[in-house]
Amino acid sequence: MKSTRIVITGIGLTAPNGNSLEEFRRNLLGGVSGVQTIDVRYMGRHPAGVCSFDPLRHQKKKELRVGTRAGSISIYCAREAMADSRMDFSQSSTDRVGIFIGCTEHGNVETENEVYAISKFGYDTKFWSHYHNPRTVANNPAGEVSLNLGITGPAYTIGAACAAGNLGIIHATQMLRLGEVDFAICGGVSESIHTFGIFAGFKSQGALAAHADPTQASRPFDKDRNGIVVSEGGCLYTLERLEDALKRNAKIYGEIAGYCVNSDASDYVLPNPTRQAECVRRAVAHAQIEPKDVDIVNTHATSTPQGDIQECEAIRAVFGEGCPTTAINNTKSFIGHTMGAAGALELAGNLPAFSDSIVHPTINVQNLDPLCDIAGLVLNTPKRVAKVDTILNNSFGMLGINSTLIVRKYVA
Amino acid sequence: MTNDETKKAVLDIIADIAPDEDLSNLKSDVKLRDQVQLDSMDFLDIVMELRKRHGIEVPEAEYGRLASLDSCAEYLTPKFNALEAKR
Repeated sequence: MKSTRIVITGIGLTAPNGNSLEEFRRNLLGGVSGVQTIDVRYMGRHPAGVCSFDPLRHQKKKELRVGTRAGSISIYCAREAMADSRMDFSQSSTDRVGIFIGCTEHGNVETENEVYAISKFGYDTKFWSHYHNPRTVANNPAGEVSLNLGITGPAYTIGAACAAGNLGIIHATQMLRLGEVDFAICGGVSESIHTFGIFAGFKSQGALAAHADPTQASRPFDKDRNGIVVSEGGCLYTLERLEDALKRNAKIYGEIAGYCVNSDASDYVLPNPTRQAECVRRAVAHAQIEPKDVDIVNTHATSTPQGDIQECEAIRAVFGEGCPTTAINNTKSFIGHTMGAAGALELAGNLPAFSDSIVHPTINVQNLDPLCDIAGLVLNTPKRVAKVDTILNNSFGMLGINSTLIVRKYVA
Repeated sequence: MTNDETKKAVLDIIADIAPDEDLSNLKSDVKLRDQVQLDSMDFLDIVMELRKRHGIEVPEAEYGRLASLDSCAEYLTPKFNALEAKR
């Protein structure tokens, strides 16, 4: 009987404020935002989270010309995670290695670029790129990783709106437990800052952040929050069965303890705190713990007026009573909303707490919204706590998809 | 347009679509695909860039005429000159 314990053995990431876990964590503890202002096609300047990794570190110029930004982010993260895991497939088959990458959306960037390109030729479609289809198929980011690393196992994306980063990890866990793969590269990515449509959609919805200082534009729980900062980013993990990791003496960042995915079934965009609370409770039950055992709750809160209140309502319902040591924070206040990468990236930013026992704060809260005033919020400065053994990570998305992932400190 | 100018126009396109390749010692009478890593999609890029940059159409049946720099020059120079004459 194979072990069903699944552990994290490698992390590769790029965030608007860091291109490695070490740099990312340092900036989360140092209060350093990664949000800047960019030109958005047709829309002028808006705050956004931009990643600064060097794509030529792991790709040739031709790969960059042919591929997509999401593919490039995925390749960077996958290569960094593989190096971190010290797993070497150079002498062995990769047909039992899975690549599972969460995406909020894929193809908007490439389609907008092509429409813009043919607009320069009177919209004559004979100028439409023959790369359009391989760039826009939904599996593109995972497929580009497969091509770059020469991995022949299953490689596909998981479309789950902004819950997708968690879903990549959850799906990999399931595939490892089913015995369908022996090693997984998983998490989430986003190239969304390169599509004006995402910005325009949030703007039309009244949910796009605006602030004179871009570093203060993402401000979950603050009374003056006014919307989402769209960001790009990626975070991919290597996951293995515990016995396999132990056999090769791998470094273990943490163990997947439990999870839940459910649906609101109530609205296209408005969150549903009842279903969110249900998702959190079921994940806690799946991990066979009590709410009071959770040391850090990393919230999904995106800095929208309504969404933050509703998540706080859900958290209050689960952790409001009898959880005096549960700390609650938010990573989007530093990096904006990295969409499909959010769940995976925000979890990574908290994992070092297993060893340093520091909870990174939610920054930019100058005037706490009373409706978001929940017990345990860590505001503006890091908080040292007695211990961090369990981290719960929320990621929710449009069409009412909710995900909660719980990771525990590895104990033999 | 001279044959040499045509070859330079083609080389400029190849430099963009195969940016990792060293094009300094290409032999003009040898097939491009024997000297540069070009797959079928890259080849379509050459056709597309001739269309975008120079307004030149290469029908699919005549793609083989773009095999080497010499054959490119032989096939494309009259097209460049015909376009020039229309302007």
